[in-house]
Amino acid sequence: MMASSYNAKEEDGHHSGASSGTGLSKNKKPDNTAFKQQRLPAWQPILTAGSVLPAFFVIGLIFIPIGIGLYVTSNNIKEFEIDYTGVSSDSPCYNCAKNFTWNTTEPCVCTVNFTLLQPFESNVFMYYGLSNFYQNHRRYVKSRDDRQLNGDLSALTDPSKECEPYRKSGDVSIAPCGAIANSLFNDTLVLYYVDSNNSKIEVPLVKKGIAWWTDKHVKFRNPAGNSNLTLAFRDTAKPVNWAKPVYELDPSDPDNNGFINEDFIVWMRTAALPTFRKLYRIIQKKSGTTPTLPNGNYMLNITYNYPVLSFDGRKRMILSTISWMGGKNPFLGIAYITVGSICFFLGVVLLIIHHKYDNRNTSADIPS
Amino acid sequence: LSSSIENHRTLGSRTIYVGHRPCPANEVFIPPKFCDNRIVSSKYTVWNFLPKNLFEQFRRIANFYFLIIFLVQVIVDTPTSPVTSGLPLFFVITVTAIKQGYEDWLRHKADNEVNKYRVTVLEDGRRIQKESEKIKVGDVLEVEEDETFPCDLILLQSSRDDGTCFVTTASLDGESNHKTHYTVPDTERDVESLNATIECEQPQPDLYKSLGPENLLLKGATLKNTQSICGKSIIAFFTGTILKMGKTILSKALVCTTLKYVWQSKPGQDEPWYNEKTLKEKETNLYLNMFTDFLSFMVLFNFIIPVSMYVTVEMQKFLGSFFISWDKDFFDSEIEEGALVNTSDLNEELGQVEYVFTDKTGTLTQNNMEFIECCIDGHQYKYRDASSEVDGFCVTDGPMNTVQQKAGREREELFLRALCLCHTVQVKEGFIASSPDEIALVQGAMRYGFTFLGLESKTMKILNRTNDVEMYELLHVLNFDPVRRRMSVIVRSISGETLLFCKGADSSIFPRVKQEEVEKIRMHVERNATDGYRTLCVAYKHLTAEEYDQVDSGLREARLALQDREEKLMAVYNQVETGMNLIGATAVEDRLQEEAAETMEALQGAGIKVWVLTGDKMETAKSTCYACRLFKRNTELLELTVRTLESPGKRREDRLHDLLLEYHKKTVQDAPPAKTRVASQDYGFIVDGATLSMVLNSSSENNLHDYKDLFLQICQNCTSVLCCRMAPLQKAQIVKMVKNSKGSPITLSIGDGANDVSMILEAHVGIGIKGKEGRQAVRNSDYAIPKLKHLKKLLLGHGHLYYVRIAHLVQYFFYKNLCFILPQFLYQFFCGCSQQPLYDAAYLTMYNICFTSMPILAYSLFEQHISIEMLLENATLYRQIGKNAMLRWGPFLYWTLLGVFHGLVFFFGVWFLFSNPALQDNGQAFGNWSYGTIVFTILVFTVTLKLALDTRHWTWINHFVIWGSLAFYVFFSFFWGGVIWPFLRQQRLYFVFANMLSSVSAWLVIIVLILLSLLPEILYVVLRKPRGPYARQKLVQSSAGGIQSPRSSARPLLMRTFSDESNTVS
Repeated sequence: MMASSYNAKEEDGHHSGASSGTGLSKNKKPDNTAFKQQRLPAWQPILTAGSVLPAFFVIGLIFIPIGIGLYVTSNNIKEFEIDYTGVSSDSPCYNCAKNFTWNTTEPCVCTVNFTLLQPFESNVFMYYGLSNFYQNHRRYVKSRDDRQLNGDLSALTDPSKECEPYRKSGDVSIAPCGAIANSLFNDTLVLYYVDSNNSKIEVPLVKKGIAWWTDKHVKFRNPAGNSNLTLAFRDTAKPVNWAKPVYELDPSDPDNNGFINEDFIVWMRTAALPTFRKLYRIIQKKSGTTPTLPNGNYMLNITYNYPVLSFDGRKRMILSTISWMGGKNPFLGIAYITVGSICFFLGVVLLIIHHKYDNRNTSADIPS
Repeated sequence: LSSSIENHRTLGSRTIYVGHRPCPANEVFIPPKFCDNRIVSSKYTVWNFLPKNLFEQFRRIANFYFLIIFLVQVIVDTPTSPVTSGLPLFFVITVTAIKQGYEDWLRHKADNEVNKYRVTVLEDGRRIQKESEKIKVGDVLEVEEDETFPCDLILLQSSRDDGTCFVTTASLDGESNHKTHYTVPDTERDVESLNATIECEQPQPDLYKSLGPENLLLKGATLKNTQSICGKSIIAFFTGTILKMGKTILSKALVCTTLKYVWQSKPGQDEPWYNEKTLKEKETNLYLNMFTDFLSFMVLFNFIIPVSMYVTVEMQKFLGSFFISWDKDFFDSEIEEGALVNTSDLNEELGQVEYVFTDKTGTLTQNNMEFIECCIDGHQYKYRDASSEVDGFCVTDGPMNTVQQKAGREREELFLRALCLCHTVQVKEGFIASSPDEIALVQGAMRYGFTFLGLESKTMKILNRTNDVEMYELLHVLNFDPVRRRMSVIVRSISGETLLFCKGADSSIFPRVKQEEVEKIRMHVERNATDGYRTLCVAYKHLTAEEYDQVDSGLREARLALQDREEKLMAVYNQVETGMNLIGATAVEDRLQEEAAETMEALQGAGIKVWVLTGDKMETAKSTCYACRLFKRNTELLELTVRTLESPGKRREDRLHDLLLEYHKKTVQDAPPAKTRVASQDYGFIVDGATLSMVLNSSSENNLHDYKDLFLQICQNCTSVLCCRMAPLQKAQIVKMVKNSKGSPITLSIGDGANDVSMILEAHVGIGIKGKEGRQAVRNSDYAIPKLKHLKKLLLGHGHLYYVRIAHLVQYFFYKNLCFILPQFLYQFFCGCSQQPLYDAAYLTMYNICFTSMPILAYSLFEQHISIEMLLENATLYRQIGKNAMLRWGPFLYWTLLGVFHGLVFFFGVWFLFSNPALQDNGQAFGNWSYGTIVFTILVFTVTLKLALDTRHWTWINHFVIWGSLAFYVFFSFFWGGVIWPFLRQQRLYFVFANMLSSVSAWLVIIVLILLSLLPEILYVVLRKPRGPYARQKLVQSSAGGIQSPRSSARPLLMRTFSDESNTVS
């Protein structure tokens, strides 16, 4: 429709030089359609104080309760956070942090004691938190090979260039290649409950279910063709900073070994901000009424493998319960209460305006 | 049949050899080098299209900029792949190339039509068919009736006995009447064996002068197609925005680069153990690194100026212009055509017009003369019935049925005979004449019983009231010329009486007649002139045999003179046209175009200043201005013409100086401040061509260069300006002067003839009227409309809407990219200034192309914030958008603030949320791509809903694209994240969107941030009272108050006395 009309127009415009102008043009009367005459039926909403007023009140009335609900929910989430970096000399991990070297066979272990004042009900989630760690640095974010991680055999032995300088170790390609994989968080955290008898009871930590289901089952795959991971990875080298190769990440569980190791997958999902937390373990709630983590003294046993002081980083361990909205975060509640209040307040202001200039508004509502 | 010689208009005086036979007398024959007769208006050939077109395209600063960005992406390791900018750029370049290629193809076609036109050439005594483009200078051509001259010609031989031919120059000067041209004397010999040379003078730009030689026939001027120029206000805004944005990008990139190096200077930050540089990066020079970092940032932030904005704007202009050609209100059933859009680049300029320059003849008036009344011996004869007008001398009634109060029968018949004889009209299926006035007069005489039957071998036949045929021998025609402003014929009646009849402007006739007759007639003439009629006085004189012999020999001598022929003829004319007897005067009306007055009134109501530029005489033009209500009863006229400059004892220059100062004082200095302008005095300014050239060319004299300024200021403070006696180039000069004046206002020229082409091309917007006078104006215009009355809807309706639409489009684009890129910029502070993109590459690329482009395109095509009827009814609405009101600092600041606010809300809202990234109810955490996706989702929804809030006119298309875009975004995100794409190196978004939607927190934050972003907008809309209802309400009041000027009668009653100068035949 448009094209034909354009042609007609052009023909007309490029008339030959002859001055006998009229004549040839026939049936050029434009179609009298609503579309072409710009007369399509249209809805013409007019926002006036009168029509917006109820909306503001309704929004206010909905948002404020939601906000309060969110705030309360967030407040009910119990969270405990402890920094175990070992910066100050009185910190238990001071020595481990200070004397860190890469090529050590003897792991440095330190123990941090802490007390939970309140019991943690329901499932408790254990996170490790890093600060001043730029997982979102561009050079870092791109330094991975998703093909390799997806089990592609060619990428296994010939990783992407993006992995540089963690692409090859000598002539052997690294699996998993890249800076992200290389810097896998490898502190081991073990939690003990110290009961009233001063005896340590190890808190059972579940290491599955911490990664996105799709990541674990689709995005990350071990190299195909060989059920024996050791053989599957035989032509590759371990990342430079790793103590052990990828096929020994969790020798006890073949479903959690190699590329599909959940700790590894969680690490590979790069964090948005330089201060972040990543899910480490889940403490399943116990049957019955006993709290998952009763209040009392705890002992956190850390195998200190991960140096952060060189870039002024911090390491934390976080215990948190979870609600339907995720972890503890008062922001949403506050935001909802604020926006709800603003709407309500504006509603009141508009109501005043509406009443004061009533005449003006009614006359403005005359439809066109 | 007329045979002619080509005379090509080339610069410089040249000798042309007729029929390529050099005169034997010539010593040396130098083959003259003339260019061929081909018309080339096309730009490209098949071979040079690609390189030339690409070169042209990349000369546009925007395209060049995107090319640079693309090259940077290819060369430097940048955060986004070259595809993100390369693909849209390729798309834009291809689409533009196709469009331009198609347009050029059409031009080729049009050129070929003219160039392959068959003409007959006489070569060595044979008639040869040739193509028009192969005509060489010096060829002898044969042109048949109704053919167009394929080139400039000299008339050598005509099939008519008297060696004349009639030519219409409608396509040249806009005059549709017939002009008589004469063969070159002494070429009665056989043209086939003619040996001749022609010395042709240098071509003159002044069309009127060039037309002077009466045996020179000018080729139908084919002016080149209008170079497409883009809308000024938008381009200015574009350039401005791009510069601003360019600065923003540069400053952002600079800030980030600096911060990056500051941040890196802290130990352990540049290269922590977990994130080492590659060997290559380590080896590169620090400054080179800085530079590439800088470039990378630029690439990252360059999305703020999206290529797609150009695509969208181009599309909006292209598609939007269809609404003009589709408008059935522009359809004229008479010529069976609607409006025509030659360029779509200027749609929005139609909403910004401040000055309208209009031609008079054929544009304001129909160029259709009608005999209204005459006056014989001071007695008024009005043809129209039922008139009770009382004049100082007689009561008007029907034609000649009473004896009482009438002139004597003899005088009446003498007057009518004069009308029948004194003209150059030919009879041929009606009357043909070089002036429509003459036809009107002959027809007028017919109504009173005297019919001109025709001219046969120098004998004029008249059918008189008693149905007898009277025969007169036509002895001489003393042609009309603009200096004498009169024409005469000398005839001999059967009875042997020799009579001279003369008609002309009152100013040229009155001094040449016996004075006692003048006063009776003068009153009539002046009254008629005030009424807007064209008046002519008729006089006669008896010539005795001796007198005639003297005149006859004088004329013959003068005509054969080789030198100063014109002057000699003039002397004889002046000598004979003295001592005549005044018989009467005629009044002819030049009909106004349909709704001309209403249209002009609407334009003035819209705050547009209307200037009438005409080649016509002042009085005629002035009366038209009154009839069009450009000058109103209370308008004070300031006149700056040759007449007012003539003042005893003073040099014209001094007088000009005084007048300019006086008018300047009156209009500019004494004018009340702008706020109270409404009640102030209206001024009308009249200037003529001669005075104008004095003003414009006065720079040589001392301290006179500011005349132009003074003149311009006076003009700008007058509601209407009338420029009469303008040559076409002077029209363009005027337009140019206003166009380049302070504030560079948008100018619009409207005309229908080729004499208007220069001003149509000069003005920002050129409008051609598809009138009777050929197609030149239409071909060279940007828009062509069938009638003047359509201008109102074109400007007030379409122009207004287009401007609002495109202004909103551009600003919205700017806004949505500002709040798109701002989070990206802010993110740099949280990622070590490493150019890490916040959004996935797919989102970066698709944001402007798919997710947010269609709603704004639909808006910019269909929005009617005020209905068209309302816009047409209330011309004052046009003032609201005047002076580029929507693209000024205020609105720009508003959009900027809104964009910044939204960007901040999006980024920091999500930032606060991500202070604890464990957002899923299973404790799992979100990463950086989730962060970006949440921000992006809020962004897409907010900018789309913001547009929805702005939309005042929701058609189903708007609904479809707005909700469709949002649905498409959701669908695309699912799809994009749902598959492991084999061609992607990184599966960044794999199930990110789905996981985001599984998180209640993400939902909640999206909802609250969208609402928070839109709150100020809603508030603004509510409190400001949107244009629609507020304007409407204001209008209700204003129309009730009766601000609109009442519909006065088309012919204002004027008590103004006109000067002695009056109208003449043109």
